Amino acid sequence: MMREIIIFVIAIALAPFIGGFLNGIDRKLTAFIQGRYGPPVWQPFYDVIKLLYKQKILVNDFQVFSAYIYLLTAILSIGLFAIKADLLMILFVMSVGLAFYIAGALSTKSPYSQVGAQRELMQMLAYEPMLIFFAIAVYNVTGSFNLGQIMKHGRLLFDLPLMFILLGLVLTIKLKKSPFDLSTSEHAHQELVRGILTDYSGPYLALIHIADWYEMILILAMIAILWSQNLLIGVLIALATFFVDIVIDNITARMTVKWMLAFSWSISILFTIINIAYIYFRR
Amino acid sequence: MGLKEFIEKSFKKSPWVLHYNCSSCNGCDIEILACMTPLYDMERFGMVNVGNPKHADILVVTGTVNTKNKEVLKNIYDQMPDPKVVVAVGVCAATGGVFREAYNVLGGIDKVIPVDVYVPGCPAKPEAIIDGLYKAAEILKEKYEKMGKAEEVLK
Repeated sequence: MMREIIIFVIAIALAPFIGGFLNGIDRKLTAFIQGRYGPPVWQPFYDVIKLLYKQKILVNDFQVFSAYIYLLTAILSIGLFAIKADLLMILFVMSVGLAFYIAGALSTKSPYSQVGAQRELMQMLAYEPMLIFFAIAVYNVTGSFNLGQIMKHGRLLFDLPLMFILLGLVLTIKLKKSPFDLSTSEHAHQELVRGILTDYSGPYLALIHIADWYEMILILAMIAILWSQNLLIGVLIALATFFVDIVIDNITARMTVKWMLAFSWSISILFTIINIAYIYFRR
Repeated sequence: MGLKEFIEKSFKKSPWVLHYNCSSCNGCDIEILACMTPLYDMERFGMVNVGNPKHADILVVTGTVNTKNKEVLKNIYDQMPDPKVVVAVGVCAATGGVFREAYNVLGGIDKVIPVDVYVPGCPAKPEAIIDGLYKAAEILKEKYEKMGKAEEVLK
């Protein structure tokens, strides 16, 4: 029990640093691809610390509550992952936080915030089924939703090659990378001002950034357990997926919400059926 | 480096820029956009162009203020959280330039909001604009320090 508490604390303390660092590498690499010099690798930390000490401007109190709940659930899901809890539970804890994040944006009257929140809802609708399908496919191989049991199967990647591609897709949607950067209009496209983040400002925006880092680490960790025999190789696979996502971000243009839903649903159902059929035939 | 120094450094290293075209002729606006291109790349100083006054630290204004858009300018300025810095780019924003005597023009933007940095030129050069923005980032840090001192006095 004591050991689990220590692992929990270490995981939730380390995750934002790794997440922020990866975010900095993302910005530097994007600048490199675009032929620019780019900001320093520590830039995300400067941004977050600056935002934390800006003046607090609020539209309503519910926003504060929802920003904190979003951060709290993100921290909790990373902690639960670190102590090898139930995979389904982690996914549900994560979605509760996201529901609050969206509700907080919907609670303001700004039309940009409203449109952004509705798009974020659509993004959630696009990747949540993939994560549930992933859990189902993992259950089909290992016979358990418990991460401790799952990690006893060393090389899940050979059993679930298509689910690995789906997780990469989830990462792209989750990080709001280019074909799917619908809800916040990243990269200085300002037709939605800042989408779902429009009315979160100052310290509360910083909280949401930190929560985003936690969620990014969570998805990367899910990719990493596909090679749990040697977690170092798992981490390398996760990082490779992350870099492929950055490249995709830079070579694609934004698509519409309808396209995203049609694409992600058709591909996730198709890949899941093929992959589960493959597992059955291999037995 | 203690936490206090790191916070102050963060303010200097991460100024988010909001650009408002206050009835400008687009000459200065093109030069501001040129600052974001790979040639000048203002993101190497951590400057990001944002479209939302609630996230911005530096307000960059081009063009003269007239009786129609002075409320808009004031409104945008009021929506920005403290500490905030205003940069006036081009002679029009600084003094009114050649439009100074026009019947609808009030003059430079300092007639409506307090300005911290003036970048001269018609249009202002991208090098001069980046110089001005860097200066503005230093002023942002100073303003944060002053905010901290004011809070100590109030306690």
